Amino acid sequence: MKVRLILACTLATLAGAASAAEDPMHSPVWAQLAARHFGTTPYVYDERVVVTVPGIVENQAQVPVTADARAVPGVTKLMVIADLNPIQHVLTLTPGPSAPYISFRFKVEQATPVRAAALAADGVWHVGSRYLDAAGGGCSAPAMARKDADWTETLGAAQGRIWRDGSGLARLRLRVRHPMDTGLAKDGTPAFHIEQVEMKDENGASLGTLELFEPVSEDPTVTMLLRVQPSTPSVSIDSRDNNGGVFRATVPAPWKSSQLANP
Amino acid sequence: MSATLSRRNALAALSGLAGAPILSMFDAEAAPKAYTLMPQKLTDGVWMVAGVPEAINTANGGAIANISILSTSEGAVIIDTGPSKRYGEQLRVLAQSLTGKDVARVYLTHFHPDHVFGTQAFPAESVAATEGVIKGLTELGEGFSAAMYQAAGDWMRGTEVVLPKHVITSSVEDIGDRRLRLLRMKGHTASDLAIFDEQTGIIFAGDLVFLDRAPTTPHADIGAWKVALANLGGIPHTMIVPGHGPAEDNTRGLDQTRVWLTEIDAIIGQAFERGLDMTEAIALPLPEWTNKIALARYEYERTVMHLYPKLEAAKLPKVGGRG
Ligand SMILES: [Zn+2]
Repeated sequence: MKVRLILACTLATLAGAASAAEDPMHSPVWAQLAARHFGTTPYVYDERVVVTVPGIVENQAQVPVTADARAVPGVTKLMVIADLNPIQHVLTLTPGPSAPYISFRFKVEQATPVRAAALAADGVWHVGSRYLDAAGGGCSAPAMARKDADWTETLGAAQGRIWRDGSGLARLRLRVRHPMDTGLAKDGTPAFHIEQVEMKDENGASLGTLELFEPVSEDPTVTMLLRVQPSTPSVSIDSRDNNGGVFRATVPAPWKSSQLANP
Repeated sequence: MSATLSRRNALAALSGLAGAPILSMFDAEAAPKAYTLMPQKLTDGVWMVAGVPEAINTANGGAIANISILSTSEGAVIIDTGPSKRYGEQLRVLAQSLTGKDVARVYLTHFHPDHVFGTQAFPAESVAATEGVIKGLTELGEGFSAAMYQAAGDWMRGTEVVLPKHVITSSVEDIGDRRLRLLRMKGHTASDLAIFDEQTGIIFAGDLVFLDRAPTTPHADIGAWKVALANLGGIPHTMIVPGHGPAEDNTRGLDQTRVWLTEIDAIIGQAFERGLDMTEAIALPLPEWTNKIALARYEYERTVMHLYPKLEAAKLPKVGGRG
């Protein structure tokens, strides 16, 4: 088993090297991570997959990131990985009919390369990378776990809004209240996090699925670009946590309710 | 210039040219660092030690905020103590040499670390602050301390959080022959102290006023801040000493801070209403005039990260809950 893993790693590295030379982040752990997450599927470094992070980390528990693979044709999965996080796999979007694009926030322990890997129609993972410098602003206290006495009352409460225009894409912004405990805290709090979110139209047809892992920030707040019919009145969102909690939200998607921002 | 200044310049040059690893190697072997405090006389008996218009870093040691010194018949009055124990110790010596007396009173304008971490150098009984500042330091002080050690490095050696022992309850204090009006406000933080010196007509505004350096907002309430600015503007004065930026005998600081807050708040509010996420809001262009403001992009980016979560919590419509 071990041998096979190493072999897979070597193959993946070679595949990457063949078309895109070495890791632009020069990360010591990347080859291993790529092997673990891509298996024997080849990967290339591709600047069309854009990762956007802020220049400064203001709050280590809430670092905004956007992964955008819309420039790559036929993307069926979009995975976000932070090389030097204790848990590296942050989330995976399976966009279905929707756009391979997601904005959200995650937790970091230290400066790290952030990757977005898009599995495209060519059967290859296309990897975009960006270095996140975790030097803080100095004026903000570092992240501390919020100890809200009433978190059980708000667990799963959702807020959201959809912006639409004629392009067929609906911009969904969604916030779900959840502690998103990593299971790594010194006080022994077990991992407790939303692990799956599925978006559906009014007929129950899937508009994409999102798998979240422990590094996603408390009260996950995401932006996605969903492909919906002009007639679709609303999008329903089912979330499930690793403790069996199930949360349902319905976001109205009225036609031309407001202008769609398309940066 | 002094050996200290040239050494600081050398350090700055090193950090710029050779990169961090060499700088820290250099630091490890270097003698304890010393700040270069250059008092600027504003009028008879009043001095300002200007902070540099930079973010906190290992070259400036966190000395980014303005510190003021006033002489009175009873002793020196100091407004804010700077970023570290070392800074506070040097400030105390400077105040003694400028006024010929020991320090009679220290005021803290608010709880941000670049303004208060020199407090250790002064007797706690002489350090005055509002209840809100003491509460803020109690809750956030250790976190600030960790962040300061990370950002400023060795300059912070030995610095600890010290709570002021003199709680400000009155709106006027006489220190020797000087009558100071203590204006308890809020907006930059939950508790901001501005000080009006009746003898000179100078307003020491703390971080309620920034000039030619972008305002910081980690604990700001922008609406309350603009009210505070209007109230400060209603006080006839001869000069304003901002928390960051030059002291001037005009209202430029008040006006610029108000316009910045108004425009930045509008850009961020509109971004939210258009459905943008944080990284997209961060990428938006800033008004042309802010090109002349130090750290405009940097502070705008931080402000997006401060304000966005509040907007989302308050303004995204409720759409569901437990299934
Ligand atoms: Zn401040």
